[in-house]
Amino acid sequence: MDAPVKHKTAKKKLKVATTSLAGCFGCHMSFLDIDERLFELLGHIEFDRSPFTDIKEAGECDIGLIEGGLCNAENVHVLREFRRQCKILVAVGACAINGGLPALRNPIPLPAILAEVYHTGIGLSDGMIPNDPELPLPLNKVHPIHEVVKVDYFIPGCPPSADAIWQVLSDLMAGREPALGHGLIHYD
Amino acid sequence: MSKTFTLDTFTLDNKVIPFEDGQTIIQAAQAAKVYIPHLCYHPDFKPHGSCKLCTVKVNGRQTAACTMLAAAGMVVESETDELNAERRTLTQMLFVEGNHFCPSCEKSGDCQLQATAYDLGMMTAHFDHFFPNRPLDASHPDFILDLNRCILCSLCVRASRDVDGKNVFALAGRGIKTHLIVNAKSGKLADTDFNAQDKAAHVCPVGVILPKRKGFVVPIGERTFDKLPISEYVDTRLLDSDEK
Repeated sequence: MDAPVKHKTAKKKLKVATTSLAGCFGCHMSFLDIDERLFELLGHIEFDRSPFTDIKEAGECDIGLIEGGLCNAENVHVLREFRRQCKILVAVGACAINGGLPALRNPIPLPAILAEVYHTGIGLSDGMIPNDPELPLPLNKVHPIHEVVKVDYFIPGCPPSADAIWQVLSDLMAGREPALGHGLIHYD
Repeated sequence: MSKTFTLDTFTLDNKVIPFEDGQTIIQAAQAAKVYIPHLCYHPDFKPHGSCKLCTVKVNGRQTAACTMLAAAGMVVESETDELNAERRTLTQMLFVEGNHFCPSCEKSGDCQLQATAYDLGMMTAHFDHFFPNRPLDASHPDFILDLNRCILCSLCVRASRDVDGKNVFALAGRGIKTHLIVNAKSGKLADTDFNAQDKAAHVCPVGVILPKRKGFVVPIGERTFDKLPISEYVDTRLLDSDEK
């Protein structure tokens, strides 16, 4: 047979999983802001569980990118799944790093917040706090993810710039220690 | 009793720094345009010594550059990995003690704490957050106090007492409960004679003392520390000239 055989000699692609916990998806959007560099990236990586794919549970991965802090029980469950499956876990954005703006709810008692939103807020009639077991229970406070699992790297920003995300991913793919200099590191 | 102009020197990271009698290490360094990280130090006021960011090694021992007098022949180290790692830790401690949510802070880009953290390469605050819940004081018609951002540098205390002669602010409490208070019977800023002309209204290095109705006026990219890292400003007074 002369037909060219497709050898599996191509370098194994890195598996990358991403998720948004108590996030706004802004960090994912900033990730997509790497624009055409996505094509280059897809030459090196393959997405596992991610809002970009239809995979429901993370398999074994090289890199996990986490956006958002922890605000409910399901967030904690997903975060632990990612930590189990990912060799390198990266906190992306202010929320994953310090709770972010959602953590501004921390000084307010949770029952007061739920009552305001579902019971007593203007325009509500016969409101009730959702109590279906299908719904994950909110946590008392919003937490950064490093309070629950070990985090290997942090990319600050709200959101981090595409260049910052690209820099960290490029460094990780090349086996370098990620580093952001002046201009790429910001918290706002 | 010679009153001649002395030109003694010490070395700071192998650079020769001249100094005058009575100058501290940080004063001599700033005069020579060498940056030593600092938050509570301001050249117009007596040193406070609370932030510890200016910690340097003098002849092998750590001390605060804002309080240590320069002496001839001293060997001072400042820009070392060891000292910068400790400064980064101090900065992280300041971040977790308060609610430093930069994305919604009007001082972002103009904040010395934030800029210092950038300069030290702080990627995360590392420690567990305290999430304090100190009440906001919005009683004053022209100013707001967000006390959850206070780093207790006491610059407003010193400015109000030593320059304005008004004694509007003080630090009270002990340990982690230490906090900024307003010297009025009600504890409210509105019940003092604090106003926009006060020096104290303009020295806060973070986002505690803020003028009302003036947030977010400078476009991103043109804020103080968008343009240059804080280490390029060397002397804190260079930041004040932007205030107009």
